[in-house]
Amino acid sequence: MKRGLTRFNVTSLVLGMAFLYLPILILVIYSFNASRLVTVWGGFSTHWYRGLLSNGPLMQSAWISLQLGIVSATLATIIGAALALALTRLGPFRGRGLLAFLGFAPLVMPEIITGLSLLLLFIVIGLDRGFWTVAIAHVTFTSCFVAVIVQSRLVSFDRSLEEAAVDLGATPAAAFRLVTIPIVLPAIAAGWMLAFTLSLDDLVIASFTSGPGATTLPMRIYSQVRLGVTPEINAISTLLIAIVTVTVLAITITLKRENSTG
Amino acid sequence: MRMPQRGPDRGRIAIIGLPSLWLTVFFLVPFVIILRMSLSDPASAQPPYRPLLDWSQGWAGIRLFIEGLDLENYATILTDPLYASAFLTSVRIAATGTLLTLLAGYPIALAMARASRRWQPFLIALIFLPFWTSFLIRVYAWIAILEQDGLLNQVLLAAGLVSAPLMLLNTEIAVQIGIVYTYLPFMVLPIYAALEKQDGSLVEAAQDLGSTPARAFWQVTLPLSLPGVLGGCILVFIPVMGEFIIPDLLGGSDMLMVGRLVWTEFFSNRDWPMASTIAVMLLAILALPIVIGQRRAGVGSMKP
Repeated sequence: MKRGLTRFNVTSLVLGMAFLYLPILILVIYSFNASRLVTVWGGFSTHWYRGLLSNGPLMQSAWISLQLGIVSATLATIIGAALALALTRLGPFRGRGLLAFLGFAPLVMPEIITGLSLLLLFIVIGLDRGFWTVAIAHVTFTSCFVAVIVQSRLVSFDRSLEEAAVDLGATPAAAFRLVTIPIVLPAIAAGWMLAFTLSLDDLVIASFTSGPGATTLPMRIYSQVRLGVTPEINAISTLLIAIVTVTVLAITITLKRENSTG
Repeated sequence: MRMPQRGPDRGRIAIIGLPSLWLTVFFLVPFVIILRMSLSDPASAQPPYRPLLDWSQGWAGIRLFIEGLDLENYATILTDPLYASAFLTSVRIAATGTLLTLLAGYPIALAMARASRRWQPFLIALIFLPFWTSFLIRVYAWIAILEQDGLLNQVLLAAGLVSAPLMLLNTEIAVQIGIVYTYLPFMVLPIYAALEKQDGSLVEAAQDLGSTPARAFWQVTLPLSLPGVLGGCILVFIPVMGEFIIPDLLGGSDMLMVGRLVWTEFFSNRDWPMASTIAVMLLAILALPIVIGQRRAGVGSMKP
């Protein structure tokens, strides 16, 4: 592509970024609003943040979502990394086409279908709905996102490094452990963080697969959002945005280091 | 490409077996169950559907079970105007939304591809950052903007552009804004990837031969980016067809899209078979785009 921005290009970028970021910025600003009215500015206050801490059900849901994110991201990373390896490193095998399809479909499947179908599975096999059923559901769709990240790393790095290790006398298993694993490690870390944020965000799939006592944070937020816009929701949203932004910055830095060492 | 020598067989079996088993049990099998549920009838019992398979009766039980399955729900969907209109509304809104996202996304992708190499990773991160932020929160953010006494109306009134507040929230306009807003990254990135790969000398050659920049764009740049455009459109159209949160929060109570219909049938009406039937029909509509999507943007070709 030819470099150099025209005035039209600059305008597109500025308008695009403003469109993407203004609504989030407004939401963050109004979380510090002293007034309960969300559209009238009544001065600066951290009132709503202090209110969050004393909101028992909300804090409990936040705790559940945090645990859920850690458990499901860890499992999803193991399965997703295996999926990426199977599709890039093991050559042809029976059922490879089907596995590639099963690894792609959950990425684009409407959540409502994934949620409903998993719920029906849990009912048929008689699994009580709660924390673990949501965890299974989250692992299922987030592992495919992990696979995308790990696989893009696996196909982009120089295969001759592995071959050189084998030529120098390493067994394939040792070459894998000493060469391949260190190279894909940053992608695996980034995959874990992506799976974690996806789990933290999910409303629809959790609503279908959750049970009593396992109300996640997005489910709690949704039930309040339905009643209208309130500064408390702005405050909890701002905190979530802050957490996610920090996580994404960490991923970007991790991947950057990966690029400079790879 | 493969390993010079294959790894030990046990490792190979584990690496293929683990994701295969997981995705078969928790992704493939559930679709068989949803298919079976769509052939059942609702019942006011626990569980709320008929027929149930009674193993204790042996073959007679299995025969009774199979005889109890029927296509009634599909007939209802095809004949009841409520369901037909929900599907038509979804297709129309998803198609319009995809087109609007394309119109908003293409200029951004073009500008990103033309930016200097040093800036590109930063721009990609900026486009993708909102995608990581909760979908629910991003849709929620628009409620305060689009409300009757919301910020947009305040600005429009103050600027004297309108004399009375516009009705924006709970309209299709709000839904389309929500779609463009939340799905923009999915459109921008595949188009950007296609544009980025293009050889700049092609446009230069066209211009050297007397083409205006505009004509060079229409005859060289745009046609060469069409695979990215198709990829982006598929990545937007498929999830929007099943979208629940956007129509629910921004569309008002009479905005009936398929995703919302599944939710209502399941949670409010407790009609599991009908919810499953709608899901199966939705999947049938999306099967072709999903297969094309996998061919074009399958795992591995899409970089984060």
